[in-house]
Amino acid sequence: MPAETSTRVVQVKVKRYQPDQSAKPFWQEYRVEAEGNDRLLDVLNKIKWEQDGTLTYRRSCAHGVCGSDAMRVNGRNRLACKLLVNDLGARISVEPMLGFPVIRDLVVDMDPFFAKYEKIKPYLINDEPEPRTERQQSPEQRERYDETTKCILCGACTGSCPSVWANAEWVGPASIVNAHRFIFDSRDRGGAERLQILSDRTGVWRCRTIFNCSEACPRGIPVTDAIEEVKRAIMYGTTDIA
Amino acid sequence: MYRGQSGQWSWLLHRVTGLGVLLFLLVHIVDITLIGFGPQVYNESLQVFGNPVVRLVSLALIASVLYHAYNGVRVIIIDFWSAGYKYQRQMFYAVLALTILSFVPMAFFVIAPVFGVCPQGDCNAIPM
Repeated sequence: MPAETSTRVVQVKVKRYQPDQSAKPFWQEYRVEAEGNDRLLDVLNKIKWEQDGTLTYRRSCAHGVCGSDAMRVNGRNRLACKLLVNDLGARISVEPMLGFPVIRDLVVDMDPFFAKYEKIKPYLINDEPEPRTERQQSPEQRERYDETTKCILCGACTGSCPSVWANAEWVGPASIVNAHRFIFDSRDRGGAERLQILSDRTGVWRCRTIFNCSEACPRGIPVTDAIEEVKRAIMYGTTDIA
Repeated sequence: MYRGQSGQWSWLLHRVTGLGVLLFLLVHIVDITLIGFGPQVYNESLQVFGNPVVRLVSLALIASVLYHAYNGVRVIIIDFWSAGYKYQRQMFYAVLALTILSFVPMAFFVIAPVFGVCPQGDCNAIPM
């Protein structure tokens, strides 16, 4: 069946927060003419450019790579730039992500998120003398952590996680995904250090295998699987796990 | 409310049933302690479990224990089996099915006396 591309009016309900006007968040409805192939981000742009310039949200690349426009759409964390109006129905609800302090409208404070990301040392650690060529690895060794290289740090997984909502100290799924990316990299030597960081009470064990993160990831990373692999690496004391 | 899928509901149900079982444990500690006051006090106190309302609470307890046990096994499988995460949804449905299948016969023994059917032969028998 060909996609419906005709123009229609969609009703967009946005949970807004304007701290200089009201201490409480409030819902505001907009009616927007949109094509079926428009993305939610296009719809938000139309509102901002044609109806209400005070509507505030983040966007940069607008093509699902920069990870700026993660928000809760119809109750689930999504990237606004990867959603088509066709797939959303005539009534769309848009809210900021849970688990992050809201700064204004759909803009949340990502600072605590990136502080936790830095905590797991998201860079190659290897003090061995540099080889004459690149540090090589086999296709199989590269494949080992391929999924977790896809993270764009949008925060959709972290904002969907009940353990994050309950405990702001918890490192959260995105950090563990990025730890996994280096822990299982054959060129890296910082695995033990990262496993140590992730084994304390704010580490991997707060994951209750709820799977909201895996479902929310706009890059299709099996987040829960990555967390479980890190759990098993800590438990068995080796990254050489199945 | 975040619109999570089966994983979120399996977790929430696990929490709620876990709390339910914990609450029963407190009741259980009290009723077991009464044995220290002699067989008569103990036997009489146990009659409360024959009360129709308490029988309904017992049903909730049975459902909670069954779900919590089966889902606990599901969580263990996800934790220890590397491919477990792929089947978490199917395992959740299996947990629900097993819970219901085990619940029905157990519930029958607990609730039937309220309707005058006495599978244990004696309608005053306390389900054990």
